[in-house]
Amino acid sequence: MVDFGGWDMPVEYPASGGLMKEHLAVRTGVGIFDVSHMGDILIRGPQALDAVQWVSMNDASKLQEGQAHYSALLYPEGGFVDDVIVHKLGPNDYLLVINAGTREKDYGWVKKNVSRFHCHADDVGDYYTQLAIQGPKAEATLQKLTSVELLQIKNYWFKHGTVCNLPNTLIARTGYTAEDGFEIYVPSDVATSERVWNEVMEAGKEFGIVPCGLGARNTLRLEGRMALYGHEISDSINVWEAGLDRFCKMDKGDFLGRAALEKAKATGLKRTLVGLEAVDRGIPRDGYKVFSASGSEIGYVTSGSYAPFLKKNIALAYVPLQESELGHEVLVEIRGQRVKCKVVPTPFYKRVKKA
Amino acid sequence: MAYPKDYKYTKEHEWIQVNGNTGTVGITDHAQESLGDIVFVELPKVGTQVQQGKSFGTVESVKAVSELYAPASGKVIAVNDALNQTPENVNKDANAAWLIKIELSNPGEANSLLSADDYEKYVEEEK
Repeated sequence: MVDFGGWDMPVEYPASGGLMKEHLAVRTGVGIFDVSHMGDILIRGPQALDAVQWVSMNDASKLQEGQAHYSALLYPEGGFVDDVIVHKLGPNDYLLVINAGTREKDYGWVKKNVSRFHCHADDVGDYYTQLAIQGPKAEATLQKLTSVELLQIKNYWFKHGTVCNLPNTLIARTGYTAEDGFEIYVPSDVATSERVWNEVMEAGKEFGIVPCGLGARNTLRLEGRMALYGHEISDSINVWEAGLDRFCKMDKGDFLGRAALEKAKATGLKRTLVGLEAVDRGIPRDGYKVFSASGSEIGYVTSGSYAPFLKKNIALAYVPLQESELGHEVLVEIRGQRVKCKVVPTPFYKRVKKA
Repeated sequence: MAYPKDYKYTKEHEWIQVNGNTGTVGITDHAQESLGDIVFVELPKVGTQVQQGKSFGTVESVKAVSELYAPASGKVIAVNDALNQTPENVNKDANAAWLIKIELSNPGEANSLLSADDYEKYVEEEK
């Protein structure tokens, strides 16, 4: 177990086979994650939409009721407070799902910055146990436990319905694995949480469901090039560098961070996030330095690991634009040895979507 | 998996089997279990001098990098290169998947290491 943003969480579940098996189960079958550490902020009131628009960079006015999108909270200087998933629960009712490690900071930030709107921000994280059921067999697993027709829920949409006899449960087709799957939000009392966990485990038995820890969550999201706060994004990295342009709507009206982003765009990009694949033997890992072929230090690895499904050693790294071309070779310093890596397209892994 | 009685053990979780003036070195079953899925092993070249208690390579699982410490001093005379292709064999049988063989400069050096029983106790206390 490790401390993760104040939560005692398993890196892996050795009894069910460990990290590698967990990762592969999500790619080929189904896995379940306890992601209750994720925080939840409700923004409600007549000006809830205006407030969400002001504090987050995506265009929430485009969301329909029952729809969610990836977005981020930005500082006026353009860096990230955190990345979030915004759910439109109702016309005046939005749910922001945030990271555990940044919960207090995020809530404080949101509360302060929405205060000029006619709305109320609430930290409701303690009320929910959040379970992620992920993998090509996630739908078949969860369908056994709910009357809601899951087929009707499109990617990044959600519905409320009865799950495990719990009425009005939020069922979202979201996740952090680059795989199909759902996240459900059930009451956080231990008895209910355990019962739902056990029922999902039982329902997924025929598909070989395994419980998955933080380790697999990290390798799965890395293969899918999904950002992790404190790694690919932070208060000193901006949207353009992180390559999250499509989630940032500069034309939606003013929002926190917009002016700084406009300026940054005019100044031009100094570094960019690229995917690397090790050509020589070695695993590039978080924080390792990146060098150009000619030997000068040019950047650093934000996340790196052996990729269990792709069976390659991969990494995300910040490098200058002129070093970011696909196929370009750079060197990552691994315990004093410079290991050859090449820039490859991302996401490293992309699931085949159903027609 | 038990800890073979004819091996000696370090507190850093390596084992050594001494045969005359040759020592065969690996990591313990407890080590492979705590590391999890091993995906990478980095070993010295034949001819390298290793020193008791000093790092001679690394073993990596998906989640972590771990240094390997030499249980005894001497010259590396063989390296289990097959592990480059099949590092998972260390998980499958840590007592059989040796890493290096050393020509011991002082075969008596290994006597200072833990016996199988003492190592087992040590691991229990560490938990």
